[in-house]
Formats: sequence, structure tokens, C-alpha cells
Amino acid sequence: MAEPMRIRATMAGDVADVKVLMNHPMETGQRKDAKTGQLVPAHFIQDVTATINGAAVLSADLGSGVSKNPYLGFKVKGPKAGDKVVVNWTDNKGDKNTAETTIG
Amino acid sequence: MNALRRNVLKGAAGASTVAIAVAAGLLKPTQAMAAWNTAAFEAKNVGDAMKGLGVSSPADSKDIVIKAPDIAENGAVVPVEVTSNIAGTTSIAIIAEKNGTPLVGNFTLSGGAQGFISTRIKMGQTSLVRAVVKAGGKSYTAAKEVKVTIGGCGG
Repeated sequence: MAEPMRIRATMAGDVADVKVLMNHPMETGQRKDAKTGQLVPAHFIQDVTATINGAAVLSADLGSGVSKNPYLGFKVKGPKAGDKVVVNWTDNKGDKNTAETTIG
Repeated sequence: MNALRRNVLKGAAGASTVAIAVAAGLLKPTQAMAAWNTAAFEAKNVGDAMKGLGVSSPADSKDIVIKAPDIAENGAVVPVEVTSNIAGTTSIAIIAEKNGTPLVGNFTLSGGAQGFISTRIKMGQTSLVRAVVKAGGKSYTAAKEVKVTIGGCGG
């Protein structure tokens, strides 16, 4: 189920700019299937965490109001080029995915 | 991808597939939702969402900059960037005021993370996009109107 995510981290001055693209349908649970008329069950990412060299920098709670295939960008001051960035997500069905990269 | 999933649901005995999906959905969420702020995310109006976040009457602040389009043609994908220039920003929440469930996301920052979040949100209709920032035990807010020509919720 869990498809690959894309992640990129670059240094801009002393700030690391991290961009993550997650593959996920982000169903709200309010949309009806056009053919069957049944509600499409809610299926969305609820929790995203990011660490740099093992230290937490971001913990995000998401609702179903985030667009399909969520994009998330954030900036962190302090890390150096070569530091390891890890991003994890968990959805409302318990699916998980993780991606990591080094700051370039 | 959507079309494919629809076909799968329809083709492979729709009813039972849905039942399995629901069962799977019911079995696991308790673990997944341990830290998830259900009260805030299921709130149907802005006041309740803020209450769920533990925020009451945040002060308007010009130090919060919301970058979003004035007119969004497609409400399913509205790029939103929130920059908080308030020192010691610990969390940023994004709220689309007229969505069925207004709270879109709550981002908690730590370990040198700057007061900056960039993401894409769904909007059902023209509404204010509000950012609520917590810094040093206080809360601040700012809002920007985004006009939506085609809604992105339900249908």
C-alpha cells in the first residue's frame, strides 16, 4: 500500500530547507463514489514526524483537509550539510511509511 | 489512480470489499490515533477547533504571513505557506474556516525548526484561511481570504 515518498533537503545559508511529497489518496470520508453512490471511506495521513540526526524537529497532526498526495515544506536552523533527515507518516488505517535523505 | 480504485471496489464484489476496508479501519485506528487530536480535527466550526487546540481568543498579529492565492481555481489543491516571525514559535495550525471540518493541520515545531510551514490544502468554498501560532505560551492569529471557484471537498 505504502508507495514511495519523495524527499529533498538543501541548505540555504544556515537554514535547512526540507521538502517532502507523500503519496496518499487523502480521502475525507465525505466524498461519494460516482458509480456506486456509496461514501468512500476516510483514508488520510494523520501524523507526520520529522527528525534531523535523530532529534525531533517537526510533529504534525493532519486532518482530511490536506490535499491528495500531501506536500510539506519546513525549515530548520542549525543542521549541517550531510546531516540525516528522516520523515515518517502514519494514516488513519495504521499504514506507515518512512523516507530519509541527507542534507545536500 | 482514483479510477482504478473505484473499479476495484466495484468489480470485486463492492459490498464485501468495503466491509473489509471498514473492518480494517476499525481495528487499527486506536493505535494510530493515540496522539491525534480527535476533538480538534472533528470540530465542525472554527471555535470548537480552536478549543480543541487549547487556544482561546488569539491576538491578531501582523508578524504572521500567510501566502496563498487570492483566487484558487481548484479548491482541491490550494497552496498555503505560513511564516511566523514571532520569536519562539512552537506550533502553527492551519484552518480553512468554511470547510466541513475546518482544522487542516497542526504543526508542532522543535529543535531549531523555523516558524515556517508550506503545504497544500483542500477548500470547499471561498473562505478565510487562518493560521494560529503558539509562541511562548501565548497564541496569535492571522487570516487571508481565498476565493474558490471549484470546491475540493466531497462532490
